[in-house]
Amino acid sequence: MTNFAPASTFNAGSAGKWRRAILRLILLSVLVIFALFYLMPLFVMVTTSLKSLEEIRTGSLVALPREVTFEAWRTAWSSACTGIQCEGLRPYFWNSVQLAIPAVLISTLLGAINGYVIAQWKFRGANLIFSLMLFGCFIPFQVVLLPMARTLGLMGLAGSIPGLIFVHVVYGIGFTTLFFRNYYVSVPSELVKAAKVDGAGFFRIFWSIFLPLSLPIIVVTVIWQFTQIWNDFLFGVSFSQAGTQPITVALNNIVNSTTGVKEYNVDMAAAIIAALPTLLVYVVAGKYFIRGLTAGSVKG
Amino acid sequence: MVDWFQRHIPKIVLAPSFAAVLLFVYGFIGWTAWVSFTRSRLLPKYDIAGFIQYKRLFASPRWETALNNLFIFGFLFIVIAMILGLLIAILLDQKIRTEGVLRTIYLYPMALSMIVTGTAWKWIMNPGLGIEALVRGWGFESFSFDWVIDPKMAIYAVVIAGVWQASGFVMALFLAGLRSVDGEIIKAAQVDGIPTWRIYSAIIIPSMAPIFLSAFIVLAHLAIKSFDLVIALTGGGPGYATDLPATYMYTMAFSRGDIGQAASSAMIMMAVVFTIVVPYLYSELRAKHD
Amino acid sequence: MAPILDITSLYKNYGQTEILKDINVSIEPGDFLVLVGPSGCGKSTLLNCIAGLEPITSGSIEIDGRDMTQVSPKDRDIAMVFQSYALYPTMTVAKNITFGMKVRGVDAATQEAKLQQVASQLQIEQLLHRRPSQLSGGQRQRVAMGRALVRDPKLFLFDEPLSNLDAKLRVEMRSEIKKLHLNLGASMVYVTHDQIEAMTLATKIVVLKGGVVQQIGSPAEIYNRPANLFVADFMGSPAMNLIPARTHKNGSGTRIEIARDTGEPLVLSDPNSDLPSDVILGLRPEDIAEAGFRAGEGVQEARCVIDMVEPAGADTYVVSRLGGKQVTARLHAETKAQPGQPLNLAFDLSKVSYFAPETGERLN
Repeated sequence: MTNFAPASTFNAGSAGKWRRAILRLILLSVLVIFALFYLMPLFVMVTTSLKSLEEIRTGSLVALPREVTFEAWRTAWSSACTGIQCEGLRPYFWNSVQLAIPAVLISTLLGAINGYVIAQWKFRGANLIFSLMLFGCFIPFQVVLLPMARTLGLMGLAGSIPGLIFVHVVYGIGFTTLFFRNYYVSVPSELVKAAKVDGAGFFRIFWSIFLPLSLPIIVVTVIWQFTQIWNDFLFGVSFSQAGTQPITVALNNIVNSTTGVKEYNVDMAAAIIAALPTLLVYVVAGKYFIRGLTAGSVKG
Repeated sequence: MVDWFQRHIPKIVLAPSFAAVLLFVYGFIGWTAWVSFTRSRLLPKYDIAGFIQYKRLFASPRWETALNNLFIFGFLFIVIAMILGLLIAILLDQKIRTEGVLRTIYLYPMALSMIVTGTAWKWIMNPGLGIEALVRGWGFESFSFDWVIDPKMAIYAVVIAGVWQASGFVMALFLAGLRSVDGEIIKAAQVDGIPTWRIYSAIIIPSMAPIFLSAFIVLAHLAIKSFDLVIALTGGGPGYATDLPATYMYTMAFSRGDIGQAASSAMIMMAVVFTIVVPYLYSELRAKHD
Repeated sequence: MAPILDITSLYKNYGQTEILKDINVSIEPGDFLVLVGPSGCGKSTLLNCIAGLEPITSGSIEIDGRDMTQVSPKDRDIAMVFQSYALYPTMTVAKNITFGMKVRGVDAATQEAKLQQVASQLQIEQLLHRRPSQLSGGQRQRVAMGRALVRDPKLFLFDEPLSNLDAKLRVEMRSEIKKLHLNLGASMVYVTHDQIEAMTLATKIVVLKGGVVQQIGSPAEIYNRPANLFVADFMGSPAMNLIPARTHKNGSGTRIEIARDTGEPLVLSDPNSDLPSDVILGLRPEDIAEAGFRAGEGVQEARCVIDMVEPAGADTYVVSRLGGKQVTARLHAETKAQPGQPLNLAFDLSKVSYFAPETGERLN
C-alpha cells in the first residue's frame, strides 16, 4: 500500500492540523468533481428519459423533471421506430439475449478446455498455438468482415442469430482461452500427475478436479464475454438483417432515424434499456468485471 | 488405436479451436490481403493487380481525413485518458474513506456500449438543447459549443466521449500499479524525509513503466478499433469530417460496395495494430517463458 | 527372486539435452531404493519415467517382470506421493483417498472399508471430512501417504515428500515412513536431495549427478567406500575431508606427505604400495580423533595447529589447515583444544579413501 498520512509530512501543532484538514478538503472536492463528471451523462440520460418532450425543449439540461412521465420508456420499449418497423426495442432486446447466452456459454466452455490443455497438457507447439490464438484477440475485426460475410452466406447463416453466435464464439475463444490458461497455469502440475497415477484420464481430471476449482475464473470470463457480446455493434451491424439485429444496432437506428420529430426522451430511455444488463452486471459483480478488464490487458 | 487416441486427446481437443483461429483469423487476413491487391469492386476478383487499391486509397481525400482523424483522436485520447487516469489514481490513493464508491463511479462507463456512450454525449453536446443551451440559460448569451456539428471540431467531441468512457479503466490499472509498489521502499523514502510529490515522481511512477505500457497498448487498440463511438456520436459526419479508418472501411464494404477499398483500408488498420501489438505480445510471452 | 523393478539402459532427452544417460538399476521386492543427488541431477525425472508420467527416449522399465515402457501410469500398479502433496483441493480428505478407487470402479463398501483401514493406520480418522486447505503441512503429508497406501500397489514412488515440512516434523515423518516400510514390506522408490534421509531410509542408494549414476550400493557401502570425489563430498555431514597429498614409495608401503602453510609437512604412512604420486586423501571427520582416544591398526598421530573449535554438544569439531584445505575432526566433548594451540590428532588410516586428482575416481 502506498499510503501517505499527511501528518508525517507536515509539522504537528494546530497550524499543521488546519493545513492538513484544508488539504484533505481540497483533495476530496477534486475527487467529487471528477465523480460528477463521470456521473453527469448518466444523470442527464435518466432525467431526460423521464421528461416530456415539451419540458425538454423549454427546460434546462440538468434540471430534474418537473413532472415525471414514463411515456418515453414505454415508447422506447414497445413502439419506437427502428427504421420502417415501429416495435420498439423489445424484439431486439430478446435478440441480444438469445445471442449472448449461447455465445457466452460456448466460448467460455471452449476457453476452459483450451486453457486446460495449454496450461497442463503441454505438447510441442502448444505455446506457438497459444501465441497465435492470443494474437487473434488483437486484430482489428475490420480485416475479417468481408470474408466472414461471404462465409456466413456459404454456411447459410447470413443475417441469422446462429450466424452471429458463431462469429462471437470464433472471435471470443482467444480471450476465453487466455483467461483460463492464465488461471490454470498457477495450478501445480503435480495435481495432474497424481490424478493420472490414480487412474483418471484427460476428461475425468478436467471434470472432477479442474472445473470445481474454476468458479472465480468462470465468473470473470462469463462477465467479460457477456459485456463484450452485449455491447458489440460492429458484428451486429455487419452480419444481421431486419429482425435479427441485436439491441445496439436497434438503439443506433432509433437514435439516428431521420423520420418524424426527434424524441430525445425516447432516445435516452432506449439507451438506458440497452445499457441496463451490463450496468447491472457491473454493479452486482464489479470486482470480477475489473479483474476481467485487467486480465484483458494481458498482464496475468 | 485406443492408445493412440488416449495419447493425443489434448491435441484433438485443441484442434477445432486452433483450426477455427487459423481459418477465421489468419486465413481471413490472408483473403483480405489478397483481395486488397486486386481490382475488386462490387464482387471480389482474384487476379493480382499490384498496389492499385492502395494507390486509390492514398489518393482519396476521405481516407486522408480518416487517417488524420485517427492520429488526432488516437493521440489526444491516449494522452488525456492516461493523464486523467493517473491523476485520479494518485488522488484516490490517499487513504480516501469513500474510495470504493468513487472507484465504482469512475469505472462504470467501461461497462457501457460505445453506442450508448455516443448516444448520451450526442444529446449532451446537442447545440440547441444541450450544454450550449444550458450555459446560455445561465446568462452567457454568446457561449457556443457546437463541436458535434462543426467539421473542424467534431473529432474533438469524439475525444471527449472516448476519454469519458476509457479513463476510469486507466485509473483502475494505475491504482493497481500504485498499490503493488514495494511499501518498504516508500517507508524508507519517508524516513529519509523525501516529500510526497517527490516520492511519486522519483520512485513510484518510474517503477510503473510496465503499467504505462499496458495502458498504452489497450488504449491504442481501442482507438484504432473505434467505430461504434463515431457511428453513434456523429455518424462520421458532418460530411465525412469524423471518419476514422474503421468507419471508412465499413462504408466502403457495406454502403459503397467497393470491396477493394474496404480490403486495402482494413489491411492498413491491421498494419498499424501489428506494429504496436506484436512487439508487446512478443516481449510479454517471452518474459513468461524465461 | 525376480526383481520388482528393473531399469535397463534408460536414456531420456529433452530435444538435444540428455537428461538421463544409461541408467541401469534393479531392486528386489521389499527394497527401499533412494535416488539421491543435487537439484537438477535428473532424479525426479527418473522417478517420473518409472511412473510413466514422462516418456523415455530409449531403454526399458520392467515392473514385476512386466515390460512397462509403453504402459500408461494408471496401468502400472504404482502409487505416488508428491513434494507438494498434490491433494485435490476441492475434495475432502476421504474423497482424496478414495478418488483412485472410484475412478477404477471399486464398489462403495470396499472403498469405505479400505478408507477406514488406512485412516486408522495413519491416525487421520478425525480429518476425513476436512478439505486440504484446512490441514497443517504434516496432516497433508499423511493424507498424501494415505492416498498412496489405499491403493496397495506393487511399487510406491515418493518424490521428495518431506522437503516442504519443517525440520522437526521431517524427522518424525521420516521415521514413520521407515516404520511403514518395515510393517508393509512394500517396495519403494524414494527421491530426495537430503543425504541424511537417504542414509536413514534406504536399503539401496543410487547417487545421481548430471543424469549419470555415480554409485549404487547399500548405505554403508556408499558412506564408507564412495566411488568418487563427488559421492565422497555429497554423502555425509560434515562432509568427508578431501586433502591433496604427495606419496613416495618406501619399502613395502607408501609415505604420504600433506603440505602445511608453515613448517614441516604432515607425514603419514600406508601399507598400500600401489598409489600414484599425487592423490586426494579422504577421511571422514569421525576418523580423526584426539590422540589417545583412538587405537588400532592404521591409527597414526601427528601434531597439528587448531584454527577453530566448534562445540556441538555431544561432540566438538575442530578445524586445522592441512594441504591447503580446512580439515574437520570430530573430537569428544571434553577436549581441551584451544584455537591457535597445537594438538595431537589421531588419523585412522584403516578408514581412508584415496582418489585420483584428475579423474576423481576411487583408487583403493
